[in-house]
Amino acid sequence: MKALVAVKRVVDANVKVRVKPDNSGVDLTNVKMSINPFCEIAVEEAVRLKEKGTVSEIVVVSVGPKEAQEQIRSAMALGADRGILVETTDEIGALEVAKILKGVVEAEKPELILLGKQAIDDDSNQVGQMLGALLGAGQGTFASEVKVDGGKVQVTREVDGGLQTVELALPAIITTDLRLNEPRYAALPNIMKARKKPLDTKSPADYGVTAGTKLKTVKVEAPAERKAGVQVKSVDELVEKLKNEAKVI
Amino acid sequence: MSILVIADHNNQVLNGATLNVVAAAQKIGGDITVLVAGSGAQAVADAAAKVAGVSKVLLADNAAYANQLAENVAALVADLAKGYKYVLAASTTTGKNILPRVAALLDVSMITDIISVESANTFKRPIYAGNAIATVQSDEAIIVGTVRGTAFDPVAAEGGSAAVEAVSEAKDAGISTFVNEEIVKLDRPELTAARIVVSGGRGVGSGENYHKVLDPLADKLGAAQGASRAAVDAGFVPNDFQVGQTGKIVAPDLYVAVGISGAIQHLAGMKDSKVIVAINKDEEAPINSVADYWLVGDLNTVVPELVSKL
Repeated sequence: MKALVAVKRVVDANVKVRVKPDNSGVDLTNVKMSINPFCEIAVEEAVRLKEKGTVSEIVVVSVGPKEAQEQIRSAMALGADRGILVETTDEIGALEVAKILKGVVEAEKPELILLGKQAIDDDSNQVGQMLGALLGAGQGTFASEVKVDGGKVQVTREVDGGLQTVELALPAIITTDLRLNEPRYAALPNIMKARKKPLDTKSPADYGVTAGTKLKTVKVEAPAERKAGVQVKSVDELVEKLKNEAKVI
Repeated sequence: MSILVIADHNNQVLNGATLNVVAAAQKIGGDITVLVAGSGAQAVADAAAKVAGVSKVLLADNAAYANQLAENVAALVADLAKGYKYVLAASTTTGKNILPRVAALLDVSMITDIISVESANTFKRPIYAGNAIATVQSDEAIIVGTVRGTAFDPVAAEGGSAAVEAVSEAKDAGISTFVNEEIVKLDRPELTAARIVVSGGRGVGSGENYHKVLDPLADKLGAAQGASRAAVDAGFVPNDFQVGQTGKIVAPDLYVAVGISGAIQHLAGMKDSKVIVAINKDEEAPINSVADYWLVGDLNTVVPELVSKL
């Protein structure tokens, strides 16, 4: 079966971001960009399913600027077969991304659609669910285990309080949680090979979607700073402070 | 203005997070209806009817909603939503699973993790793991959003007297089925609702040591227990203990971080706590920069000493 994996280009997880002085957004000039960690897990899961013989072809798609090609190439170096970049420089909302992905799914007809559970920049946690709604497909969100069996897929989900397992008809949407797997590192020969794999460039208009979003970001601010704390030298001092100064115990 | 709040529950008990959502709904202002979609969930509907500020409760009691499958519940909510201006749910795994699906069915954008209501259509939400706060304005016909519970003081669970109305409609999309669930049983308060949280990180060394060192402290303080992702990934405790961007977001009165270095990911889940205490052997640990009090020392001697002096 064919698997489609959506990946997003985001600020690297280890970067401490700074808000722009004019409060228009976060400063992304000269900041290291990477594949979103949850998306990397989605790619890894698809590759593992291919290694097991369940999946025959992995198509990776990204919606974003020209530079998102780098993230598609990274996914190909991990084992994806070909890529589609839906190029747009506009800010684009989760609903619009889901609509574009719906167009890609209708063109490619994959049976498994894998996404990260959330992007670490906007922290929305929406696209997979929205795509499920638009396609009328089942969704296994926050997946920590995926088992494909015949025409169905069993997904173990991380829910508040523990785990829940659901069974979905194919095609189905799966969004990955951190514990699903540990992504591999791309070996140099695979990085070289990835450069030769096919990568198509499309535009949102090819799928009948206008990029943008109906949610207007009015401003972006730094969070309130916590006032500096103090180092206590002993347990006695800590207990005294908690009782008399902070009054929390 | 009418607001539909989706109740978070397990068919028996109304999750406290719903009280925080009702509080956010009151900040928006308007008539508040709570939807309880479940199976055998009459007790939940009765509890919701007593919540202060709720004017009506809708009970959709059907086997299709027993396990809160998004495919079925979202279809129901999207149908009912057409009569409302707002659809809100808690930012729990259930809320986050269902609401984006509802928004897409309604063809509207959605706002995740609302932490403040600025006006009828303007809200604040954290982005970049809480390292920036975005103010967003929605001009959608129906505003759909999840509410971060720790950002709103809950309304009273008692004092209301709303009428319960049955919803007869049942939606079974037939594309998903529940198989089973494993719920971790806890004797301690629920993590996101606790007044005090005691958390352990990689520094505690092992699962055995986590319980040996932290259980007595949590018992003494009547605290819930949490953990960093490092401690969860190392298998010290189950993953629903995880506090952080990808785990649970907590904001207790007192957060005690033991053997936790304080990665950005973890800080995003706890830095809104009123008082933060860090116990760590590393003087340079990033956690110290957000802690109100920090103590440098070996947690294996410091924590037992702390327990004995409380």
